[in-house]
Amino acid sequence: MRHLLSAADLDSATAQLILDTAAELATVTDRSVKKLPTLRGRTVVNLFFEDSTRTRISFEMAAKRLSADVINFAAKGSSVSKGESLKDTALTLEAMGADAVVIRHSASGAPHRLANAGWIGGTVVNAGDGTHEHPTQALLDAYTIRRHLRGGKGDLDGLRVTIVGDVLHSRVARSNVLLLSILGADVTLVGPPTLLPTGIDSWPCKVSYDIDEVIPGTDALMMLRVQLERMQAAYFPSAREYSRAYGLDRERMVKLPDHAIVMHPGPMNRGMEISAEVADSDRAVMVEQVANGVSVRMAVLYLLLGGSGEAIATAEKSGGRAA
Amino acid sequence: MNQSFILRGVRPYGDDPVDIVVADGVIRQITAAGAAFADGAEVQEANGLIALPGLVDLHTHLREPGREDAETVETGSQAAALGGYTAVFAMANTFPVADTAGVVEQVWRLGQESGLVDVHPVGAVTVGLGGTQLAELGAMAGSAAQVRVFSDDGKCVSDAVLMRRALEYVKAFDGVIAQHAQEPRLTENAQMNESPLSGVLGLTGWPAVAEESIIARDVLLAHHVGSRLHVCHVSTAGSVDIVRWAKARGINVTAEVTPHHLLLTEELVRSYDPVYKVNPPLRSADDVAALWEGLADGTIDIVATDHAPHALEDKDCEWGAASFGMLGLQTALSVVVETMVRTGRLDWRGVAERMSAAPARIGQAHDHGQPLEVGSVANIVLVDADARWVVEADLLASKSHNTPYAGMELPARVEHVLKRGRFTVRNGMVDR
Amino acid sequence: MSKVVLDDADIGRAITRISHEILERNKGSEDLILLGIPTRGFPLAKRIAATIERIESAPVEVGSLDITLYRDDLRLRPARPLEATSIPAAGIDGRVVVLVDDVLYSGRTIRAALDAISDIGRPRAVQLAVLVDRGHRELPIRPDFVGKNLPTSHGEQVRVALREFDGTDEVTLLDAPEGTA
Repeated sequence: MRHLLSAADLDSATAQLILDTAAELATVTDRSVKKLPTLRGRTVVNLFFEDSTRTRISFEMAAKRLSADVINFAAKGSSVSKGESLKDTALTLEAMGADAVVIRHSASGAPHRLANAGWIGGTVVNAGDGTHEHPTQALLDAYTIRRHLRGGKGDLDGLRVTIVGDVLHSRVARSNVLLLSILGADVTLVGPPTLLPTGIDSWPCKVSYDIDEVIPGTDALMMLRVQLERMQAAYFPSAREYSRAYGLDRERMVKLPDHAIVMHPGPMNRGMEISAEVADSDRAVMVEQVANGVSVRMAVLYLLLGGSGEAIATAEKSGGRAA
Repeated sequence: MNQSFILRGVRPYGDDPVDIVVADGVIRQITAAGAAFADGAEVQEANGLIALPGLVDLHTHLREPGREDAETVETGSQAAALGGYTAVFAMANTFPVADTAGVVEQVWRLGQESGLVDVHPVGAVTVGLGGTQLAELGAMAGSAAQVRVFSDDGKCVSDAVLMRRALEYVKAFDGVIAQHAQEPRLTENAQMNESPLSGVLGLTGWPAVAEESIIARDVLLAHHVGSRLHVCHVSTAGSVDIVRWAKARGINVTAEVTPHHLLLTEELVRSYDPVYKVNPPLRSADDVAALWEGLADGTIDIVATDHAPHALEDKDCEWGAASFGMLGLQTALSVVVETMVRTGRLDWRGVAERMSAAPARIGQAHDHGQPLEVGSVANIVLVDADARWVVEADLLASKSHNTPYAGMELPARVEHVLKRGRFTVRNGMVDR
Repeated sequence: MSKVVLDDADIGRAITRISHEILERNKGSEDLILLGIPTRGFPLAKRIAATIERIESAPVEVGSLDITLYRDDLRLRPARPLEATSIPAAGIDGRVVVLVDDVLYSGRTIRAALDAISDIGRPRAVQLAVLVDRGHRELPIRPDFVGKNLPTSHGEQVRVALREFDGTDEVTLLDAPEGTA
């Protein structure tokens, strides 16, 4: 596997390899010299067409901890503001010798185009494309769940994970449903019908409109950000009604099993999908998720770039032309 | 200059071989194969080639004026001629929009200068395709271009009152409104068919109901005001059902389907390759099957290409930034043969009806679509039905290269085309 | 063709002797920390530590040091899975680190281990204990404590089996396959 474009490209063995590698690399943070020489001489470009300080810094730290050179390219040029095109940006990076491009873009499928259009020869890592996927987020979420509920080893067989919120517009939800079920977890999605995509019955998960019914049987509860702008497009009538029906407040939190953890990919809308009290509680592992993000991204960069390439065997899904 | 030809050994509509003698722009004589003889006539050996009336495309985008970087009337005409067409209807979404007599006459004139196909400009229904004010339909009808087909294609005439007025207004000169059925609010920023696949790929869906609800409304309006309606690029099973229902009640509606909707499905979008991005989008296998059935039983009257050339930078990018549309003129007949003739759904007479006679009738291009008999205007296409060819994007005549069939092997090749008795294509190449 | 060059009794005696030599050289076990290089260097380190504890009646710290990320040949093969690194909490600063590995060959593994150690801390000294030294050094590295010196040719393979992984204790020398140098 030369690229990491989608969680669907990983099988259980590969996903566990990434998590195991991340666990080993996590110890680097505890050393006085927080550096490994492994990617010395490699150039990693953070090509971010969407603002995201958090994810960009995470990838930057991961690359630098492995001694790679990092270039941050904050690009403009979406379908709305026609700046330099994705193609031209890619050709420039190729000319400058990028070994890997970590790309975040508002258009679903942009990383696929970057990987397959023949513009660049290096590795492509999807840092979030439109409403499609965010594979490293799912990996760090799985890592966090595994650390708390499986002693940091093995898969997630039988663990019950519930994801609540705007699934329709969430690339985090899509990647998590795919990865968590690949690792054996039982996933339930909760939200109002308007925020659940067409065809969700064919996804490897259960669906519920009732958060209170699902909470007592949840081992890991992941809350997704819900944007107030969705109200304007009539996805739900008001912020009040949404948070009353689907928000996680203290009353709901205490109904979770004792061992259960609360997660959020960030940034949070305190008061909307999650109350401030819950966000600051002991159960909430958001800060740890961020730290785990660096280790997981180090693992991904090491496995894709640290050797001669083609480190990980995967099932490649190809969207080829009609026969 | 009078030129006469003997087309030796051709098979009209796939029937037994005959000789066709063409002179002064008409079919002068039809004899037993090998028997024709005419003084000064040039013989074109055409043994076994299928003869059909020259194809007529009721829906094509020639991009001129405004986007000559993607296509011009000349290059589009070449693609059309090589595809077996002798007449095309050029849609109005140019820059400037073809909403005045001036612009339609300009397009008409460019077609005359090129001369390879008869170019019939389509007039916009509303000014600037803005959907709020009727364009000068009467002026366009009375211009040298003699516009009879009006369409805001690219956009939907979504305002019900405006659509009603347009349907009523064109009755005065026997015009027809060709609707691009797409409810705008249901399809804001839509990228692909709305389906489980769109949910997986994270692309905003274009639900079938956005097409069907407009068609349903429009057939009822057409019935109410007693006018003709034409529905562009029908793409869903539900749309076929609604048109069938309307025809059963005697409503005067005609419908078209594109070649790509007969062959391709939404599965191709998995690659995120924008060459498959089109409006209306590629749909499901069930929709494709319903379209075959509808085209075979006549619910869908014609095949129209919706040939939509796009410059490289509008397709060589991420999906969300790409323009909608695919080339179609040069591959249309082959795709129809592949999906409808080789499968036994349609015979060659059926192809002639769907791709020549019926579109000519709807668009009132009276010289085209005439039966292959003595006295008819000699618009003829000769097809090698047994040939197979591989589509190479760079070798197509269009200025653009956005064909979804690149690398595919397709059946049937256009060998010769005569427009009004003169060769425009000979041995598969443009001939002037 | 294969030949057993060390059986389980030989290995046991070698470990005992190495343990005594480590104590002799360092005048006891104070400030010692044994770091085994996975895979098989780690169980060897634990056995040496257990032996030293028996002799001195005092505990000795043991850890593992995976050197995969410091290898100089990373780009020649696809990225390898990492093994466990576990450094005792007190760290290595100012202490005597004894690296333990099963086979010493080109010396590149030990070079990588030295780089890894320098990123973790600054020991007072680093010593090297190996079960088998098969020669053919490519770098100026030499062992301090050796179980057995085993002259080999390049094509031959030295296979170390340990109870903890392979169910038995045995060092085998295998001939070069037909046609290799």
